Amino acid sequence: MPDATGLELIAHDLRDADSESVLGTVFMHGRATVIAEPRLVHSVLERLKDRGYGFLASLHGCDYYPEEPRLGVLYELLDMHEVDRISVKARVHVDAAHIASVVDLWPGANHPEREVYDMFGVVFDGHPDLRRILMPEDYEGFPQRRDFPIGGEPVLFTYNEENSYGKWQ
Amino acid sequence: MSATSDYRRREESITLASEPAGQGETHELLTLNIGPHHPATHGVLRLLVTLEGEIVRDLKPIIGYVHTGIEKTCEDKSYWKVIPCVERMDYLAYYFNAMAFCGAVETLLGIEVPPRAQYLRVIHLELNRIMSHLVWLGTSALDLGAMSMFWYCFRERETILDLFEMSSGQRMHTRYIQVGGVMEDIPHGFDTKLAAFVKEMPTRADQYAALLEQNEIVLQRLRNVCPLDEQTLLSLGVTGPLLRAAGNPWDLRKAQPYSSYDHFDFKIPVGTVGDNYDRFRVRHAELYESTKIIDQALRGLPEGPFITPDRKVSLPPRHELATSMEALIHHFKLVTEGFRVPPGEVYYPIESPRGELGCFVRADGSAKPARVHMRDPSFVNLQATVPMVKDAYIADLIATLAMIDPILGGIDR
Repeated sequence: MPDATGLELIAHDLRDADSESVLGTVFMHGRATVIAEPRLVHSVLERLKDRGYGFLASLHGCDYYPEEPRLGVLYELLDMHEVDRISVKARVHVDAAHIASVVDLWPGANHPEREVYDMFGVVFDGHPDLRRILMPEDYEGFPQRRDFPIGGEPVLFTYNEENSYGKWQ
Repeated sequence: MSATSDYRRREESITLASEPAGQGETHELLTLNIGPHHPATHGVLRLLVTLEGEIVRDLKPIIGYVHTGIEKTCEDKSYWKVIPCVERMDYLAYYFNAMAFCGAVETLLGIEVPPRAQYLRVIHLELNRIMSHLVWLGTSALDLGAMSMFWYCFRERETILDLFEMSSGQRMHTRYIQVGGVMEDIPHGFDTKLAAFVKEMPTRADQYAALLEQNEIVLQRLRNVCPLDEQTLLSLGVTGPLLRAAGNPWDLRKAQPYSSYDHFDFKIPVGTVGDNYDRFRVRHAELYESTKIIDQALRGLPEGPFITPDRKVSLPPRHELATSMEALIHHFKLVTEGFRVPPGEVYYPIESPRGELGCFVRADGSAKPARVHMRDPSFVNLQATVPMVKDAYIADLIATLAMIDPILGGIDR
């Protein structure tokens, strides 16, 4: 991990390249996070990749309900030579959940981006094949959002559940 | 609409439109569906394969058949109740799932894990790694037609499961690793049984090698089959034995040591060209290295507590409940509400048998996590299937899939 000073230096360099690109930095529990402007997150990631953080370790979503903007997309970057990690976070609103895809930088972002779309409804512009990945193709709703309820759903055998063998209660 | 016809409609919604069309009689392409219920897919994985004769021209993995929403379930449970849930993700590496989650929560809480607990964790993690590799070796050899390997591997796996049962009471999904340490100290007789296993395991691994490495059929099925170079693997996010087989010695146990892995002397096996043979050899060599780590951890096992003495996080010992009111209150608070974790986010990566297993936890200050995400190595590694098997024979597709070692419970979560 870069230390708090190192994170500020990285954020300073990113702001030098584009003054609007970085909204803030968080350094907590030894974890360095750059909060990026969602419109410019692709260029931020590209600059960090050129800086040595060449491996996209993880890409995942997070719902910050009830805070606004609600949806967050987190990129965990790794520098394998310096053994250094940095994470980039971009927050988008639910009704304008669009962010640029990074599949052109890391082809391995394909499945994780589909998962974030599937679970949170963040649309990745420029993704080659943005479909649901874990939920059924025709599923409605985004189940990992915090306002999505936990509960039963009808499946193939629900319609005659009452008279099925073993339903004794 | 009845449920049956709705199900059929969902099946039809999977489009094949992006598959290349056939070009005349000589180049006619055939789309073949493999799975989701097929023994060679190592779980509930469905593959749409476009074939030209016997050659694979395109492949689409379709996943999600065992998606059970574990990450969603975790958001509704207190921290200590999340551990058994996350263990069920990658069902062959349950100690690793628990370790990644507990490590993340410990980072958020800022608590120290006692050295004895760290060593006990290492012993069980490495036993689990051997167990996972044994299942992989047995089932992969089965895919290549070597039936007897399966029985030999499962014999040693049985010994390991007996050890798990001895230390935790469970054979699978043991819930042994807790936030702050481990559930219990190892019982009497565990160390002698483990020492016997450590002594036996290298000779068993030698026997596997003698069975497989002189075998002409195995060699022809593995050597120079479906190689993939290091740069492509890195861009696809592939880690673990697949990356090491291509010559990159990246292993988090060495690079970013956690749980006192820096105390042990072990080597990272690497391959040269990254074909199926290298993938097989790297995992096989890891059996020896993991045994070495267990041996050192057992010999150097420090004395001391097996879980953090912080009563806000770990349950007080049973005998204290009868005498101490304070212990009783702590016990009551922990089993009803659970402990609260200060707000924050953390990503805790460890080296699982399949690569980087990272657990992202976001705490909002309550007793339940606001988000738990597992970066499961199988989920990311599966993307490497397409570049690996393109323009290979369909029989090699099965062999390569076995060497990738995907665990569908971890992929779908």
